[in-house]
Amino acid sequence: MATELGPTSVKPPASGGTPIHHGPKGVGEDNKILSQGKWASWLLAPTIIALGIVIVYPIISAIVMSLQKDAGLDPATGLFTAGGPAGIQNYVNWIGQQCAAPGGGTVACPPGTLGGQFWSATATTFFFTIVTVTFETVLGFWMAMIMARTFKGRSMVRAAVLVPWAIPTAVTAQLWLFIFAFEGIANKLFNASILWTGSEWPAKWAVIIADTWKTTPFMALLILAGLQMIPADVYEAAKVDGATAWQRFRMITLPLVKPALMVAILFRTLDALRMFDLPYILTQGANNTTTLSILVINQIRQGFNSAAALSTITFIIIFLVAFIFVRFLGANVVEQSGATGKGKK
Amino acid sequence: MTSATATELRARQDKGRKTAQNREKWAQGRTYISAAVILIWCLAPAYWMVVTAFREVGFTYDTSILPTHVTMDNFATAFDTSFGNRFGQALLNSVIIGTVVTVISLVIGVFAAYALARLNFRFKFLVLGFILGASMFPGVALITPLFQLFTNIGWMGTYQALIIPNISFVLPLTVYTLTSFFREMPWELEESARVDGCTQGQAFRKVIMPLAAPAIFTTAILAFISSWNEFLIASQLSNEATQPVTVAIASFAGAQPNQIPYTAIMAAGTIVTIPLVILVLVLQRKIIAGLTAGAVK
Repeated sequence: MATELGPTSVKPPASGGTPIHHGPKGVGEDNKILSQGKWASWLLAPTIIALGIVIVYPIISAIVMSLQKDAGLDPATGLFTAGGPAGIQNYVNWIGQQCAAPGGGTVACPPGTLGGQFWSATATTFFFTIVTVTFETVLGFWMAMIMARTFKGRSMVRAAVLVPWAIPTAVTAQLWLFIFAFEGIANKLFNASILWTGSEWPAKWAVIIADTWKTTPFMALLILAGLQMIPADVYEAAKVDGATAWQRFRMITLPLVKPALMVAILFRTLDALRMFDLPYILTQGANNTTTLSILVINQIRQGFNSAAALSTITFIIIFLVAFIFVRFLGANVVEQSGATGKGKK
Repeated sequence: MTSATATELRARQDKGRKTAQNREKWAQGRTYISAAVILIWCLAPAYWMVVTAFREVGFTYDTSILPTHVTMDNFATAFDTSFGNRFGQALLNSVIIGTVVTVISLVIGVFAAYALARLNFRFKFLVLGFILGASMFPGVALITPLFQLFTNIGWMGTYQALIIPNISFVLPLTVYTLTSFFREMPWELEESARVDGCTQGQAFRKVIMPLAAPAIFTTAILAFISSWNEFLIASQLSNEATQPVTVAIASFAGAQPNQIPYTAIMAAGTIVTIPLVILVLVLQRKIIAGLTAGAVK
């Protein structure tokens, strides 16, 4: 029955990740690998060095900065105070939402200051991430299932989904700002008079809807690539065995598409956690739509070192989420992206 | 009696065939309805942008679905510099930044991709993991140290200050996409070239590079698009003279300070988007393959 068609009995075509041996095996094989290693390190060196300069150096630099005090005027004495080592004080301040008090020490940040927004920004970031990724997964899966069918005009649909993806996020934000304007088309269509960017929930929904529109196509295409790797005869066999459509979906489609799906969800999640452009342009972070990225940007001009601490916290949060995905949810990114490339035609 | 049963049987069979056909038709119909819903969902907002771009300012909030009060004025307004907008300059800036970033990333990345796709070496998965991790790296984690560094060395608002950070996400994307394209290429030809006496380097230049051209072209487009769309870093490190289109559009000013010039913004958005959309639609198959292979936005 359908249950026998477990994920183990069907293997997608050999993944491109497997090492390719070429040339005669046997004598000299070890030497060959050795010389290939040398070749590889020369070929990889420019990329590794470039990424070292543009990524590794800033990370280390940010960590060093985050352990320094921000230079500035002491609010109590009005005198300029130099920076100097701060230990983990910047981190403690963000997490405890503490601000420097006049005359030394810290007090709870007054409402409205950047220092008092850490937890609300974290909550907003995770709220946006969970809601948008859920919507995009469900919608994207549905779109992928449709695009996987054979029908006239299928290539037109596949082309159409690339349109939202190709529009820059900054343009998308302005476009949706116009759609959600008070006299705009959204209010007109739904016969409503909502000030979309004027209060908390409409503003949040505006961001969510715009983000879902913009990024669902990417999700759909990744899932579609996964769906196309499932051999058609598996479905035929299940049909012959009398499996219903729902059984085929649950027993074949889901388990076989799961690796591609997990990678797609991982990518979108990491992307959503650093969400910046949409809320920054659409709502300027007002009405509780400030994400962690927006908070970092707002902090930069008020103190580099404190901003560096916050950006490091953001980085650690994203890293931890990625780690959980790869370690516990089985998103095998490296192997999977090799495999998707292979199966896609 | 017998003939009656035969007719009855045939009638029943016909009926059965008809229900099967109906079910098939119904399934097809549902597919088409779903496809139409996807088309409308994806295209309607973009369509609205274009329609508004061609609408007279006085009718900004006209909500008729078909084009009305058609004019080209908004495109002139978009390029008008009298309200402090520098859209033309911004377009040029985006082209400069995108081109330089793409060329650098391709020149460096093509070697790495070749190694990752073709050679056997230790730590291959580690390197792949590092490059993939780099592409998922949050921009905000780079911005603070770069902001301070570029302020200190007087690079704020320069082109190099906008190009260098973009390499951090365009280069990993390039390597990743090219690697998966390279894995699918007919490498037997390289073997034959080597049998004919080419060195590995010659085989790469003379046989593989021409074969790889379409893959490289697709990757270049994906790289250019991701640089073209960048906003966060540019919004902080550029100035009025070097800002790219995304920053210019996000801060587009109108004649009245408290009135957003939507029609001009939509015209600017249309100019920024249409060439990319056409390119993407023409190269649809390749782009989708590259997008899902590299699996990076």
